[in-house]
Amino acid sequence: MKIHIKNGRLVDPQNGVDAVRDVYVAAGKIAGVGSRPGGFTPNRVIDATGLVVCPGLVDLAARLREPGFEYKATLESEMRAAVAGGVTSLACPPDTDPPLDEPGLVEMLKYKAKILNQAHVYPVGALTQGLKGERLTEMAELRDAGCIAYSHADEPLTDTLVLMRALQYAATFGFSVWLRPEDAFLVRRGVAHDGEVAARLGLAGIPAVAETVALARILQLARETGARVHLCRVSSAEGVDMVRGAKERGLPVSCDVSINHVYLSEMDIGFFDSNAHLIPPLRTARDRDALREGLRNGTIDALCSDHTPVDDDAKQIPFGESEAGATGLELLLPLALKWAEECGVSLQQALAKVTHAPARIMGIDAGHLSPGATADVCVFDPEAWWRVEPGALLSQGKNTPFAGLEMRGQVRFTLVGGHIVFEA
Amino acid sequence: MQANPQLDKEGKLQHLLSIEGLPAPVLTQILDTAASFVGVTEREVKKVPLLRGKAIFNLFFEPSTRTRTTFEIAAKRLSADVVNLNISTSSQTKGESLLDTIDNLSAMHADMFIVRHAESGAPYLIARHLRPGIHVINAGDGRHAHPTQALLDMYTIRHYKKEFRDLRVAIVGDLLHSRVARSQVHALSILGVPEIRVVAPKTLLPAQVERLGVHVFHDMAEGLRDVDVVLMLRLQNERMQGALLPSAQEYFKYYGLTPDKLARARPDAIVMHPGPMNRGVEIDSAVADGPQSVILPQVTFGIAVRMAVMSILAGSSPPAAND
Repeated sequence: MKIHIKNGRLVDPQNGVDAVRDVYVAAGKIAGVGSRPGGFTPNRVIDATGLVVCPGLVDLAARLREPGFEYKATLESEMRAAVAGGVTSLACPPDTDPPLDEPGLVEMLKYKAKILNQAHVYPVGALTQGLKGERLTEMAELRDAGCIAYSHADEPLTDTLVLMRALQYAATFGFSVWLRPEDAFLVRRGVAHDGEVAARLGLAGIPAVAETVALARILQLARETGARVHLCRVSSAEGVDMVRGAKERGLPVSCDVSINHVYLSEMDIGFFDSNAHLIPPLRTARDRDALREGLRNGTIDALCSDHTPVDDDAKQIPFGESEAGATGLELLLPLALKWAEECGVSLQQALAKVTHAPARIMGIDAGHLSPGATADVCVFDPEAWWRVEPGALLSQGKNTPFAGLEMRGQVRFTLVGGHIVFEA
Repeated sequence: MQANPQLDKEGKLQHLLSIEGLPAPVLTQILDTAASFVGVTEREVKKVPLLRGKAIFNLFFEPSTRTRTTFEIAAKRLSADVVNLNISTSSQTKGESLLDTIDNLSAMHADMFIVRHAESGAPYLIARHLRPGIHVINAGDGRHAHPTQALLDMYTIRHYKKEFRDLRVAIVGDLLHSRVARSQVHALSILGVPEIRVVAPKTLLPAQVERLGVHVFHDMAEGLRDVDVVLMLRLQNERMQGALLPSAQEYFKYYGLTPDKLARARPDAIVMHPGPMNRGVEIDSAVADGPQSVILPQVTFGIAVRMAVMSILAGSSPPAAND
């Protein structure tokens, strides 16, 4: 299929491009940028006048809920949500049921995703068997099955020795370990940031030290073992500060933040809105501002959706009993644009945070539109306003703290492997 | 973001879920209405027909005898029909969701739900879910609020001290876990009490508690100096297991209200407690049964205050003087 995307504003952060340029797609690849390749007769011409043409978004964290949690969402529904959001590559965490700790499960997931022909799915394998925090998984076998990294999702890994051994083992092969810093003991049964809002609402609190204590542990072990560590969903100002210090001292860590934490704070819990029940919890406005600034100055490398569909039955219950998480694949782009606008960051820098940077963290060749690259493309209208209607989202997860808010930035076309998989 | 479900568009009270966010005139109206009902509870025939024909459902997800009984008596004095639902033994254990339970009971033409639940915020979920015209009274949700308790406490303070304007009030004990204390702090603040003190060890105070507008004391003798009202809180036995306190004995020694600690307060200071009391843990019997204790009058006032809340929510006006 030959596609000519004409007259769009091409923004390709990896190649430093922000200019009106035509893009030519053939045989699933970028056949040319700017000048028409010889003998190119398009089957389809997309008029991208007034639109932005960028690499398909790369999402570091999207829960697809298969296997095991099909009542919350299925691969099919979530993949459709992904491409509707302009996301063409995504990494899914290992906390499925059963967890992704066996090559067979990983292969099955990759296969099922592949035949749907939507976004590219990159499974993140479990770091320990069953995510129980005791025995190592066969990381090399999992890599062969398609895992790009290993993580512990949101399950506690309390045995420090096990964590260190897991990092050493991963370092043996040069594998990447993705860890969300959280001390299981300090979290206990907490459901909200341990601050003014939790105090007023009588909600069990999770102090910021739950993140920083765990972060200190991880950073020390990363230095000790030489493992490549990626820190997931940093949520506190102190946490950002610690990452900055570690990077300044030459530790090769990377770090991401979720769209929810860059925009919301504990205040958004309002009158016990369980859509604001998230992991990690939404912290103070000061923490949020530090996260925004951290993303801007590069301390935080990438922005992700942390897409977590939750069924209505698990949200329409008292806050403390509700399941944490927010749907997010369809909000990654507009929230990245919103952050950029509010923080005075250029479109190119903003898109880098959701294309080039996450691709680098995942170790995949994606997030750019160089000639010869796989034609994963997002074409969006940067000026289109739309209102977040949970019922209208394609994801089966309607759980969003942004319900009713106006967003700017709407995807018009998404191409994966040179095929148009979404058209608004 | 959701709107405050307690007040309707005209600012009229639709539900009583929390003291926080209620304007002072609303609180004062409740206290004044309660005053008019105190007379009713002292008469031979202790009834007024204000809520005749209304169905009030006591929905207690957490066990309670005292509060539930008070609400039942209050409702019956208003001539309402009362249904008591002890949820721990019914459909909840069969896995029915909270909102399904509410829908089923609403279908039985409930006019008002009085809800006690172990989770903070549960009454908000219920109130958002009900159609307009059905009212919810929060009888205690998790650690969050117990508005009728705070109101009867304010009524008691007003009864003995007349004005809120010049008072020093101390709240002593486990604020971290106390819905009563949170509601008391809001009520005192809204009614204009200039000095609200909290006295507790650090492990029993919520994060950033000063932001609620209170002065924090860890030394009880200092905290009680020259206060007019001492509000004691119950200490639950579980606190020892959560590594929050070492023992009831050490707690009693440093934070229990004994005659010599009470002597630091003003000679006419009143001692209050929401009940039930742990004698010898947070309060000494000599004080609980002593001349400054108004713990029993609190219970009596509680009935009138709950009658006031129910009648205001149901939209009826208070009785004339000679009713």
